[in-house]
Amino acid sequence: MLLSVNDLTVTVPGTARPLLDSVTLHVAEGEVVGLVGESGSGKSTTAKAALGLLPAHATTTGSVRVSGTDVLALTGEELRRHRSTTVAMIHQDPRAALNPVRRIGDFLTERGATKEEAAGLLAAVGLPDPARRLRQRPHELSGGMLQRVVIAGALAARPRLLLADEATSALDVTTQAEILTQLREARATQGAGLLFITHDLHLAAAYCDRVYVMYAGRVVEQRTAKALFTAPAHPYTRGLLSCSPTLGETRTLTPIPGRPPSLSDAFDGCPFVSRCGDAEDACGTWRPEPHGLEDGGEVACRRARASAGPPPVRRNEKEGASPK
Amino acid sequence: MFTPLQLARRLARRLAGLVATLVAASFVIFAAVYAAPGDPAVFLAGGRDKLTPERLAQVRAQYHLDEPLVVQYGRWLWDTVHLDLGRSFKYSDQVADLIAARLPTTLQLVAYATLLYVVLGVGAGILAAVKRSTWVDSAVVGGTTLAASVPSFVAAIALVSVFGVQLGWFPVTGAGDGFTGTLHHLTLPALSLALGALAIISRVTRQSMADAAASDHVEAARASGVPERDIVRRHVLRNALGPIVTMCGLVMAGMLAGTVVVETAFGISGIGSLLVNAINTHDFPVAQAVLLLMVTGYVVVTTLVDLAHPLLDPRVKEART
Repeated sequence: MLLSVNDLTVTVPGTARPLLDSVTLHVAEGEVVGLVGESGSGKSTTAKAALGLLPAHATTTGSVRVSGTDVLALTGEELRRHRSTTVAMIHQDPRAALNPVRRIGDFLTERGATKEEAAGLLAAVGLPDPARRLRQRPHELSGGMLQRVVIAGALAARPRLLLADEATSALDVTTQAEILTQLREARATQGAGLLFITHDLHLAAAYCDRVYVMYAGRVVEQRTAKALFTAPAHPYTRGLLSCSPTLGETRTLTPIPGRPPSLSDAFDGCPFVSRCGDAEDACGTWRPEPHGLEDGGEVACRRARASAGPPPVRRNEKEGASPK
Repeated sequence: MFTPLQLARRLARRLAGLVATLVAASFVIFAAVYAAPGDPAVFLAGGRDKLTPERLAQVRAQYHLDEPLVVQYGRWLWDTVHLDLGRSFKYSDQVADLIAARLPTTLQLVAYATLLYVVLGVGAGILAAVKRSTWVDSAVVGGTTLAASVPSFVAAIALVSVFGVQLGWFPVTGAGDGFTGTLHHLTLPALSLALGALAIISRVTRQSMADAAASDHVEAARASGVPERDIVRRHVLRNALGPIVTMCGLVMAGMLAGTVVVETAFGISGIGSLLVNAINTHDFPVAQAVLLLMVTGYVVVTTLVDLAHPLLDPRVKEART
């Protein structure tokens, strides 16, 4: 297994609940895995754990392994080499990820590309006139061009694992589609695994092989993209699907009631209970644990487990539900 | 990138601003010296005891002291523009010769002090920023604050007594001859001049680097496994240079006008002591010329710092001037 996060719990002082709570996640060689959830659900923290880049003063239990190496035990030069050669992150905001006073070429060579390779990398991610781009500085390029530069930077060291943290969220849809295609191709050429973080469940379902859904620092559902889309098992996943519009459907949009939990909210039982339309009293004390589904997926929902299979989507009931 | 025309226009605008500043400063200087208490004619006539009204009027006419301020200023400005700074009232020498004899020593002193506070101050600042919130950081902040709170004449006396008198490593007076001699003689004066600047420069360096280190691109570089040395040098220090260079320039410009105390303490005959003597003896031409030179130095240094900014940060376009 390329990336293997096992039962990872990350706690920082001053918060009521852990940043990550018993997160288990796997990415195989060459696999594209989606990681979906609202802001603050722990997606970025999970990805950063693969880089050994957890917050200062955090206490961790569980393990993070990349190609068998225990990342959390790495320090100093070994950790630096791990970050520079094995795993690469594509950042959310390309303008912030590049040093404004240095040239594009410096950004690429710093990440392990030679001067000759740098132009090739830019051409590979679809930037026209790469030789000129190398001499330019970030403020001379558009956001879409910079995102390509950042992807080229991530590919420069030929990493085994790519982490894309909302890599296309800030771009317009045509640029987004182009960049996603480039990313998929580049990834396939290098045979790297990809952990694709997004808040867009539809995008994740369309782009990834498998998808993890996170809520309040926990993985609540793990399914193949197709199964997630056609038969979501967790009420939160169903909520995410029914609150985003799709073409050709006339149903009304149903927002998930309540608000995303903050780090000062602690939970005795299922963290979603106060926003869940299917919740029962027992859910408030049931500590979530993943439960295997017939198709190989997993869901952490008491009711899904009780009914031994995904319950039918009951939109009408949910509309009447109110946050507790 | 600038076209040649844009570049020329930029430089022309800069130069015009520089000249305007100098003209304004020259008038203030002239008026201030003119308004200073005491009558130079009394001094020029050879003292109060031999003074007669006729003699006084004659001296005033000879040195044009009986004309209105604006006329005197116009005459002086005209001569100055033609590089004629006049003759000293006191020494009867050409002012330009007096300054030429003293200026190199002061420039050497300021250059040496600048070298010291840039190397030591920026170095200490980098050290404090890299070892932030450790004892090294506290030691740098505490040490430089202590150094800055000691007045330069006290520092001068302390340095003389320790390194000059007790240890005998450095001479305590004079400016020395030749390169090594000058270096040897000016070490203690330059050090006492630089001590006060250390705190400012190291503090600005530390803070500017802390700000730069908080940028997202620094974390991105760290996440990409860029070696820490390169992160500090190419991402943190490189991006922090703007405020550091500005502050170094301003301190240096200020030093050009602030060498008097140290020159006096070490018996160095530089521009500073020339100015103080000129003011004490109502030697108008010398005082005015020295002050004008100091203002010119200040304006030129700050303009150079301004011009260097687009090199440090390519996003700074000259459009903002």
